[in-house]
Amino acid sequence: MTRIERTLRIGIDVGGTNTDAVLMDGTAVLAEVKTSTTDDVTSGIVAALRGLASAREFAPGQIQAVMIGTTHFTNAIVEASRLTETAVIRLALPATRALPPMVDWPDRLRLAIGDHGYLCHGGHEFDGRVIAPIDPEEIKKVAADLHAKGVRSVAISSVFSPVSAEFEQLAADVLRAELPEVHISLSHEIGRIGLLERENATIINACLRDLADGIVDAFGTALQTVGIDAPLFLSQNDGTLMDVEYTRRYPVATFASGPTNSMRGAAFLSGLADCAVVDIGGTTTDVGVLARGFPRESATEVDLGGVRSNFRMPDVLSVGIGGGSRVRGTAVGPDSVGYELTRRALVFGGDTLTATDLAVAGGLAEIGDPGLVAHLDRSAVRATLARIARDVAEIVDRMRTSAAPLPVVVVGGGSILLPDELPGFPDVRRPDHFAVANAIGAAIAQVGGEVDRIFAIGVLTREEVLEHAKAEALDKAVAAGARPESAQIVEVDEVPIAYLPGNAVRIRVKAVGELEVARA
Amino acid sequence: MELTLEGLRDTARGAAVLGTGGGGDPYIGRLLVEQELKAGHRVEIIGVDELPDEALVLPSAMMGAPTVFVEKLPSGEGGRAALTALERRLGRRASATMPIECGGINSMMPLLLGAQLGLPIVDADGMGRAFPELQMETFNVYGVPGTPMSIAGDHGDTAIIETDDNVRMEWLARGLTIRMGGAAYICDYPMDAATVRRTAIPGTLSLCRTIGRALREARERHEDPFAALTATLADTIYTYGAVLFRGKVVDVERRTIEGFARGQVTLEGFDGGGTLVITFQNEHLVARLDGQVRAIVPDLICTLDSETAEPVTTESLRYGQRITVYTISTPPIMRSPAALAVFGPSAFGLTDPYVPVETLG
Repeated sequence: MTRIERTLRIGIDVGGTNTDAVLMDGTAVLAEVKTSTTDDVTSGIVAALRGLASAREFAPGQIQAVMIGTTHFTNAIVEASRLTETAVIRLALPATRALPPMVDWPDRLRLAIGDHGYLCHGGHEFDGRVIAPIDPEEIKKVAADLHAKGVRSVAISSVFSPVSAEFEQLAADVLRAELPEVHISLSHEIGRIGLLERENATIINACLRDLADGIVDAFGTALQTVGIDAPLFLSQNDGTLMDVEYTRRYPVATFASGPTNSMRGAAFLSGLADCAVVDIGGTTTDVGVLARGFPRESATEVDLGGVRSNFRMPDVLSVGIGGGSRVRGTAVGPDSVGYELTRRALVFGGDTLTATDLAVAGGLAEIGDPGLVAHLDRSAVRATLARIARDVAEIVDRMRTSAAPLPVVVVGGGSILLPDELPGFPDVRRPDHFAVANAIGAAIAQVGGEVDRIFAIGVLTREEVLEHAKAEALDKAVAAGARPESAQIVEVDEVPIAYLPGNAVRIRVKAVGELEVARA
Repeated sequence: MELTLEGLRDTARGAAVLGTGGGGDPYIGRLLVEQELKAGHRVEIIGVDELPDEALVLPSAMMGAPTVFVEKLPSGEGGRAALTALERRLGRRASATMPIECGGINSMMPLLLGAQLGLPIVDADGMGRAFPELQMETFNVYGVPGTPMSIAGDHGDTAIIETDDNVRMEWLARGLTIRMGGAAYICDYPMDAATVRRTAIPGTLSLCRTIGRALREARERHEDPFAALTATLADTIYTYGAVLFRGKVVDVERRTIEGFARGQVTLEGFDGGGTLVITFQNEHLVARLDGQVRAIVPDLICTLDSETAEPVTTESLRYGQRITVYTISTPPIMRSPAALAVFGPSAFGLTDPYVPVETLG
C-alpha cells in the first residue's frame, strides 16, 4: 500500500453571513463550497468541511494544514459582547496622567470590560532614557487589587515601549509571579508609536483572550469531528498566518483578515504579485492594492467599534456599488437589495431594478431571464454601466502607489458589473474561482515577522541598524512558524523623525516565509 | 464666552486647517481639554478689549515634536508649572493666558491651562497660523521681548530663559526641550493687555471655531465645504479664501534637515489643470503652478481632502490622494515689511518675493 502524501490544504473564510471553504492541492483548487455561518462555531465549520468532502472525496490524512480566516473577534468588539473583564496598567507616571487609559472609548465598550485602568511609574523617553524607574511594589499592589476583583486579563503599556520594551516585560514578570493564571498582553508586541492607539489595540487584544480560547477550541473540535488531525492556522490582517498558540495570545491580529484574504486570493488566482484588487459583493466594492503579494497597510488611524487604534490593517477603500445595488435613473446604490437579489431583481422576476439587471441587459452577464430586462433603454443601460466602471476605476486610481501601469484583478459575485477594460486600466482580469477568493487567500497564506521601532543612528551606522532590524524580522518570522530557508525580507521602510536630534529614524521591516508543516 | 464641547471640537477642526500642513494634530490637545470640560471646569474665552491696559497676559504653548507628544502624553501639569514659574520670576499673577500659535495643537494648550487655573484665554495669537519657531511671532515683529520665558517638563522641572534676542531664545529653548524628552511646555512673551492689543492678531481662536463649524455644518447638510469656507472667511479679518487647485498627489519627497521635515509635494490637476508643487518645512511655504508662484508664506496654503475637506498634514501626504489646495490671505499685521522679515519668504531661505495671494488668483 502506498503511503498517503499530505499534500492538500483547506482554506476557510468565516464571514458574518457565509462560510466559504476550498480544498487545494498545491496551486490547484480541487473543490469549493459556500455554506451559512452558524451561531455555534463548530457546526458551521463541520458543515463546510463535509461540503468539501462531498464535492471531492479526500482522506483526512491527506490534509497538510487547515487555514481559517474569521470575523468572530471583530464582531465581538463591534457588539461589545463575549469580552473578558480586562485591566490596563500603564507605566508612565508622572507623564500621561491627564489622559488615563480608555479615555476616548465609547462608554458601552469601556464598561463591558470593567473599566479598570491603573497608572504606574515607568516609561521611557524617545531616546531610551527612563522617565521614572518602575516600582515593583506598585505593580504588586495592582496585582492584589486585580486578585480581589477577580480580573483575569491584563493589558500593559509603557511610554515609548517600541523603543524600549524593558518595563513592560518587567511588569509582566512581577504580575505573573503574583497572579500566575492571568492573561497578559504587552503593547510593544502589538502596536506602534502612538501611546493611546497602541494601548487601545492591546486592551482589545486582552479582552478577547477568553474568546480566543473558545474559538480556537471550537475550530479544533470541528476538525476532530471530521477526523482531520492536521495543524490549524488562523489568518492575520497582513495576509500571513499564525498558529493556534499565537492566536490564543494575539487574537487582535485577526482583525480585517477578510479583505486581506480576498486580496491575497485574487493575487494568487491571477498569478500577480503587484496589482489592484477589486472585490465586488452585493452591497459594496472594496478596492485594495497588493505590493509583492501582500496588501498595502493603512497608514492612518483605524477606528474599530469606536476605538482609535493603529494596528496593522489593509488599506481598503470602499464604495457603495454592488451586484444588488438599486438603480434609480442614473444613480446606482448605495442601498442594496442584498441577499434578496434572487427574489427582487428584474431578471429573477422581481420588481426592483438592480445593478445586476443592467449587467444582464448590457450583455456583460447571463443570469436569470434576460427577456425580463429586454425593455430597458439600451443607451441608458450602457451609460450607467460606463459610469459604474468609471467610478470603480477612479477608486482604483486613487489607491495606486505609482504612475506605473497597474493590472486590476476583479473578484466577488458582483464583478459581472465591470467590463473587460476600465478607464485608465486596460489590463483587467477576472480569474476562475473568483467567488471564493477569500477562502483561497486563507489557504495560501504565509507566515511573517515585523519590526517597527525608532532607532538612533550614531553608535551604529545606518547600515548596521538596518541589518539588525532585518535579522530581527527574520527571527520573528521563523518564531511564527516560517521555514528558515524560505524566510525573506519583503518590506523596508525608513522614516526620519522630524524635530528629533541624533538622527532618530523609524524603521519598519517585514519578513515572510513559507509555513513549516510537519510532513507525515 | 464659554466654550462648549461642540465649540471645542469645532475649534480643533479649524485649528488643523490653520496648521497649513503642520502644527501637530490637535487630537491629543482636544482630548485634554475635553477631560477638563467633562470634570466641570470652564473654558472662558475673552476678547482682546476685555482686559484693562495693565493686566498681565502670559501666552502658553507646547514646544517640541508632535511625534513625541502622541507617545509621551502630557501629565497635564507642565503648562501649570511653566506659568507658575514665570509668575514667580515676574512677581505678578497673570490675568489671562493666550495662544502664541492658533494653528495645530497649540490652539488647545492655552485652553487646557485656562480650564485648570480658571484663567480666561484671550481670543488672539501671535502667528495667525502655525510656524516652526518661537521668534516667528507678531509679538517679536512689533518689539515685544520674548523673555523672560519659562519652560517645564512633565517632571515639573522648570527653567527660566533670559536673553535680549528672540532668535537666541528659540535656540536655547529648543535645547532644553530635547533634554526634557522632546516635548515641553512654555510661557513666553509676557506682556500687558495694551501690548497684546497692539501686537497680536485678534480673534483667531474664534476664527478656528468658525472655520470648524462651517466645515461641520457643510458636511451635515451635504454642501460644498470649500464654498462654505470661502463664505465664512469673507466675514473675518482674513477676508480672502479660495480653492487654488484640485488634483492628485503624484509625488512626495521629504527629508529631515536640521530637525525639520523639509520637502515638496507634486500634484497633478484634473482635466489638464497643470502641475502644482508645494514646498514645505513642517508647514507649507510656497505653491507653484507650472512654475509660477501662486501663494507664498505667510499666506496660508492648506492641503485638504477633496471629499471631506479634512486637513491633510505633510506627514500623511501620499501618492494618489485627491487634494484640494485652499489658500487664505493673512491680515495686514502679518504683511508689514517688519513681519515679512521675520516670517516671510526670506526667513525660510526662499528667494521669491512676497506677493499677496489674492492678487495672484
